Amino acid sequence: MTLHRLLARAGAMALMLMVLAMNVFAQGKTVTGKVTDSKDGTPVANASVTIKGTSRGTTTDAGGNFRIAVDNNNAVLVISSVGFTEYELTVGAQTDFAITLAAAQGTLNEVVVVGYGTQRKRDLSGAVATVSSKDFVKGAIQTPEQLIAGKVAGVQITPNSGAPGSGSRIRIRGGASLNASNDPLIVIDGVPVDNGGISGATNPLNLINPNDIETFTILKDPSAAAIYGSRASNGVILITTKKGKKGKTRFNFSAQGFVQTPHKLVDVLTADEVRSIVNVKGTPAQVALLGKESTDWQDQIFRNAFAQDFNLSATGAFANGKWPFRISGGYLNQDGILKTGNFQRMTGALNLSPGFFNNKLKVDLNLKGSRTTNFFANEGAIGNAVTFDPTKPVNSNSARYGGYWEWTDPDGLPTQLSNRNPVGLLYNRDNTSEVYRSIGNIQFDYQLPFVKGLRANLNLGYDVSKGSGTNIVSDSAADTYRRKGIYNPYHQERTNKLMDFYFNYASNIRAVNSRIDVTAGTGYQDFEFYSFNNPDRRYNGDIVPESEPNFISQAPGYTLISYYGRLVYSLANKYTLTANARTDGSSRFSKSTRWGFFPSVAVAWQINEENFLKDVKVISNLKFRVGYGVTGQQDFPELYGYIPVYELANNQAQYQFGNSFVNMLRPSAYDATLRWETTTNINAAIDFGFVDNRISGTVEGFVRKTKDLLSVVPIPAGSNFTNQLFTNVGNIESKGLEVTINAVPVKSKNIEWEIGANFTYVVPEITKLLVNEDPNFTGLAVGGISGGTGNTIQRHIVGERPASFYVYKQIYDANNKPIEGLYEDLNRDGIINEKDLYIYQSPEARYFLGVSSNITIDRFTAGFVMRGSIGNYAYSNVNANMGVLRQIVNPLGFLANGSKDYLNTGFVNNQYFSDYYVQNASFLRMDNINFGYDAGEVAKNVRLRITANIQNVFVLSKYKGVDAEIVGGIDNTIYPRPRTYVLGLNFDF
Amino acid sequence: MKRISVYISSLLLGVVLLTGCHKQLDRTEPNTLPSGNVYTSEAGYLQVLAKVYGSMALTGNQGPAGNGDVAGIDEGTSDFLRLFWKAQELSTDEAVVAWNDPGIQDFHNMNWSSSNPMTKGLYYRCTYIVTLCNEFIRESEPGKVSGRGITGTAADNIKRMRAETRFVRAFAYWVLLDLYGKPGFTTENDPIGKFNPKQTNRAELFTYIEGELKAIEADLSNARTADYGRADKAAAWSLLARLYLNAKVYIDTDKYTEAITYSKRVIDAGYGLLSDYRWLCMADNNVSNPEFIWTLNYDGVKSKNWGGTTFLVNASVGGDMDRTVSGLTGWGGIRTTRRLPDLFPDVNGNGDKRAQFATGTQNIEINNVSEFKDGLAVIKFRNRTRSGGFGVDPEKTFSDIDFPVFRLAEMYLIYAEAVKRGGTGGADAQALIYLNALRSRAQVTAAPLGFYTVDYIIDERARELHWEGFRRTDLIRFNRFVEDTYLWPWKGGVKSGTGVSAVRKLYPIPDSEIAANPNLVQHTGY
Repeated sequence: MTLHRLLARAGAMALMLMVLAMNVFAQGKTVTGKVTDSKDGTPVANASVTIKGTSRGTTTDAGGNFRIAVDNNNAVLVISSVGFTEYELTVGAQTDFAITLAAAQGTLNEVVVVGYGTQRKRDLSGAVATVSSKDFVKGAIQTPEQLIAGKVAGVQITPNSGAPGSGSRIRIRGGASLNASNDPLIVIDGVPVDNGGISGATNPLNLINPNDIETFTILKDPSAAAIYGSRASNGVILITTKKGKKGKTRFNFSAQGFVQTPHKLVDVLTADEVRSIVNVKGTPAQVALLGKESTDWQDQIFRNAFAQDFNLSATGAFANGKWPFRISGGYLNQDGILKTGNFQRMTGALNLSPGFFNNKLKVDLNLKGSRTTNFFANEGAIGNAVTFDPTKPVNSNSARYGGYWEWTDPDGLPTQLSNRNPVGLLYNRDNTSEVYRSIGNIQFDYQLPFVKGLRANLNLGYDVSKGSGTNIVSDSAADTYRRKGIYNPYHQERTNKLMDFYFNYASNIRAVNSRIDVTAGTGYQDFEFYSFNNPDRRYNGDIVPESEPNFISQAPGYTLISYYGRLVYSLANKYTLTANARTDGSSRFSKSTRWGFFPSVAVAWQINEENFLKDVKVISNLKFRVGYGVTGQQDFPELYGYIPVYELANNQAQYQFGNSFVNMLRPSAYDATLRWETTTNINAAIDFGFVDNRISGTVEGFVRKTKDLLSVVPIPAGSNFTNQLFTNVGNIESKGLEVTINAVPVKSKNIEWEIGANFTYVVPEITKLLVNEDPNFTGLAVGGISGGTGNTIQRHIVGERPASFYVYKQIYDANNKPIEGLYEDLNRDGIINEKDLYIYQSPEARYFLGVSSNITIDRFTAGFVMRGSIGNYAYSNVNANMGVLRQIVNPLGFLANGSKDYLNTGFVNNQYFSDYYVQNASFLRMDNINFGYDAGEVAKNVRLRITANIQNVFVLSKYKGVDAEIVGGIDNTIYPRPRTYVLGLNFDF
Repeated sequence: MKRISVYISSLLLGVVLLTGCHKQLDRTEPNTLPSGNVYTSEAGYLQVLAKVYGSMALTGNQGPAGNGDVAGIDEGTSDFLRLFWKAQELSTDEAVVAWNDPGIQDFHNMNWSSSNPMTKGLYYRCTYIVTLCNEFIRESEPGKVSGRGITGTAADNIKRMRAETRFVRAFAYWVLLDLYGKPGFTTENDPIGKFNPKQTNRAELFTYIEGELKAIEADLSNARTADYGRADKAAAWSLLARLYLNAKVYIDTDKYTEAITYSKRVIDAGYGLLSDYRWLCMADNNVSNPEFIWTLNYDGVKSKNWGGTTFLVNASVGGDMDRTVSGLTGWGGIRTTRRLPDLFPDVNGNGDKRAQFATGTQNIEINNVSEFKDGLAVIKFRNRTRSGGFGVDPEKTFSDIDFPVFRLAEMYLIYAEAVKRGGTGGADAQALIYLNALRSRAQVTAAPLGFYTVDYIIDERARELHWEGFRRTDLIRFNRFVEDTYLWPWKGGVKSGTGVSAVRKLYPIPDSEIAANPNLVQHTGY
């Protein structure tokens, strides 16, 4: 049967069913009701009300009300809602019902999405955290991970910058790797998505509309995550999107408007300060360079930016309730606070979850699509706005350089090493992109006949994205004046295909009071990254000589094949054993090393179910869990690191023999013995709940050891075609403690107050780093800084936290002013040299915490989310590079502005390696304050909720730079995170 | 139960099917050649040979940068010439640099440590070249070549390429011998992986280089017959001459007689001086130039990198200097101490055309090393053509100037010095003819017989060969490098100059290399 005919037939059937249904309804009656929580009488919204034995149903509105037509008085209504015990009633003669639902006992049968299926929450024995939509961070959330920022212990979400659409660095328990990726695996509706960036998108996750997300489940330790074995070393984030619901079609429309303001900028010298410094310290030639203006360059490039975000969704069921659906669309249009920048996103999502053959075959189809367009503001303007001479005007009187004032050499061309007019950098560039992404999957879950409890599940999924854009810089622009501008299109595609198949068998074995749940399956996933290579073009389209690529495109990729199994055995609802085993093959390794085996085992003990505690009413939950697991890591930049190949040099790196030029062929470095990096984790936890879970929480400790760390390390010179090889070396070890507490101090009919707090302590330490250990090895230099060429400020060093700062110990005078160039001779050998550098602090916090609270009083709600980080240090590259006299009056023939820190130090030359610049960047940030008002039914069947937010309200920190929260700890003129004011309207109808 | 067995067998079937998929895990890297496909023709060998030579001139596989050969150092400063030049010139009276890049001022201060990124970079660059050569030499073993069905002229050509590669390797080892003394040592008999090469020493290395150069002589092209840029017999002789001249330093044995033999062999091979000294380091110095024996070749469009002569030209232009004189833009970096201009009768070239300095607003005295205007700028390397044109790069960023590693003038000077130092087989009179040829080209009056001394040679070498990467080796040979008897501004980090420890005659083995390879022992004092 062709698809066409199938659809036609389905349509005809649907029509017939509708006619039939109308006839049926005509004979029955309509009943109404209100569903409330048995505990406090609050309405239960979105509860499902169905007529038993049929597929007809509806859901309650925000007030808990429903209305449904029944055939006759014998009809049985089934009312259910997540977290409540299902309730059934026979209609009888009554037409209006007041129904109270009781909370499910100890959330006994609540299920949690885990890898490859769900698990009863009570059976969980690993470190799993769930955040559902009602607990999401509220406000102008443009990228999904921000929904849970500060909400989960052990999960650190740091926005990379304030640029519109930019992403975040996500770390679960601090990351287990050094050079390999420390990003967690993100799985959306069963499809592990591609974490890698794509040209034209600053953040792959921003292609997903946060409004479509129902829950986040975070698998933090290997005993939970081992089912994703190969890719779970850094934890797994499972994102489940909103699904269709049986019942009357309901719509939701939300509109948000927000304004973002740059509220803190780099503290630079004023024009007058620069004039007085140059007049005193400059040479006559430098004094002659001074201008008469007073330009605040940062003021010139930043603005208040506006944005709108609209979302519309419909939930219901087609075909007489047989095809539950959810369909949604969103549109976001956001300007950046850096002038010219803009981000627009259109998203659409569809979910269909029909059941066939008496629901024995369940199908779940998810399709998500998005289109984003970006105008990338030239972020180079931010640094140049700090350094550009404030005594100069924005515009010149000449049309050259786009009319912007620029530094020039004696020949009138832009000075080679000078900075550029920041406004010119913004307006002479036009870099736009368009990115499409679609993620989809179809999952078939079939209840096999003859063996009760046996299911087969097939999941087919894909994740494709396509990014293209053009970077255009005017031929008049100073920064590309010599090369006559840029006209460079780019194009990239990423494809990720997935096939997963598993059997699941779950059964209660009453004879021994046990339950068994077994899963076994296999998966195949394939990634391909396609990109075009274009010649380098000038603004007028001319090709830069010899820039034609050797190959017009490439499509590197990798493949993973996996076999996995899971056994969950629970005895007497008190003792649970979970065992996972997974083996993965990765195309990144050679035949002999490609398969890795990743087992895990965990046990849980529900202590409050024991007789000695059963009657202690105050304890509603007490559970002890301990787990051990091994996971693997293969997510590193080298896709083919084990294969010896030769690589052709490009046409600008030919070598001349006689009168002809020859394209060079270079053997690439390789490590034939490359193998899996493996992480072993031990996790122990106590979950508790008191007074009907009014106070609940978890205390969790872990030790994580990674061995065969994949890292780029120096290898003996002469042993390979490189001096730093990507290979398995070293070990890293982390220890940590997480505490989560949630409390509901007040819960009455009209008032509910919730507080949640989480606290994490985690310290990673490098325990081995070289192929051959050497105690004198001063570590791997990392953390490149601005200033000079190739300067680095951090080291990976054995016995320390990764990327610790490696600096000289500054000596101060009596007034506590640093003395230029004077450092402590730490090794007491009479000379100050590299041997006196020492490890001083790390950019990673030892402690971080999140606090959130929410209060509802009648129709009003108010809440906040706060995040904090203690013990993280930042290197003020801004001050080290720009807070010295040499920055302002330099030997290169131009003047520049400097950071105000120069007034504190009076340094003449850059002292890049002074620990003076490594500063405590612990902070407490009020991320979000939100208010809401439920206006109730504003028109017939239309309910309205009004919200207002302030985001990035304040930051408490000793750190003097623009923002204490810096990914990687090197503060080098970041795109400042704006403060955001949001106003939103939300209609239900 | 029957049903269950059906399930189990279908599961097994599925597994079998998937096992078939396992070959999907064998992926190959796009746009690369598996090593087996490289050496199937002479053309393939030639492309790898281009890399062997190119690894001495460029920084990596992508011009101007983006895919470097050497890690742990900024790519733009990771090429052989830029690093070699810094190690040989910035540590001497011939050059100072204004910049503040990590470790760069250590050269003036003579306090570099084993973690200095520049001396590290040069060590790794040289060992990289050696490893690359080892690969080519392994793959061009005659048995392998014939086994691949390559015979006749093609096989002969590959044989010559192999000898050239052994020459390049010998040259890289000479650099390691001269600057580092006792590096890790590998040959074509070592594998590719992550093993620990053994350490060599100056005596062993000297013998090895000497043996290699003599062994390949027969297989190299005759002097002046190879393609420009490729090494011939004269290149091998030149390196032998240089090696023997410094033998006293390297192995504490005089080899002046051998230095005479090999320099003479080059001189007699038919080379001649380029008529105008000031054309030597210009954009078209590859054209009609009878003087160059072996060069590193650059092209402003086709062979680009941020080091090499691009560095030498750009870095030497700054301040108020006229940008058009050198033909490229300025990075405001390198100048000279007054020791160099003081060797000339006049800084503007009157009386000796080899004096090429930018004076203008430049000061001959250096009060501040970081101030470009302190110290005269040297405008020896200019990306202009003899006819007044510019280089081929329309953006005036990259240089076309080829760098002479060996040129005839050096052979004249080796001959003269070796004669004066007591070598046999040469004559003072012949030496004077050579020296007068250099003077004459520089428009200096000819000197009479009996005029010159050993000390004259080192000054004449500075006048003739300054900024060509000789100075440190020369100063060491003349006991003037670390000693307090010969000082220059900012020697040892002191304005008036100071003597430093004799340890400084050798650069340290990089600390990262000592850490990575337990077979290596650091020089005492580092």
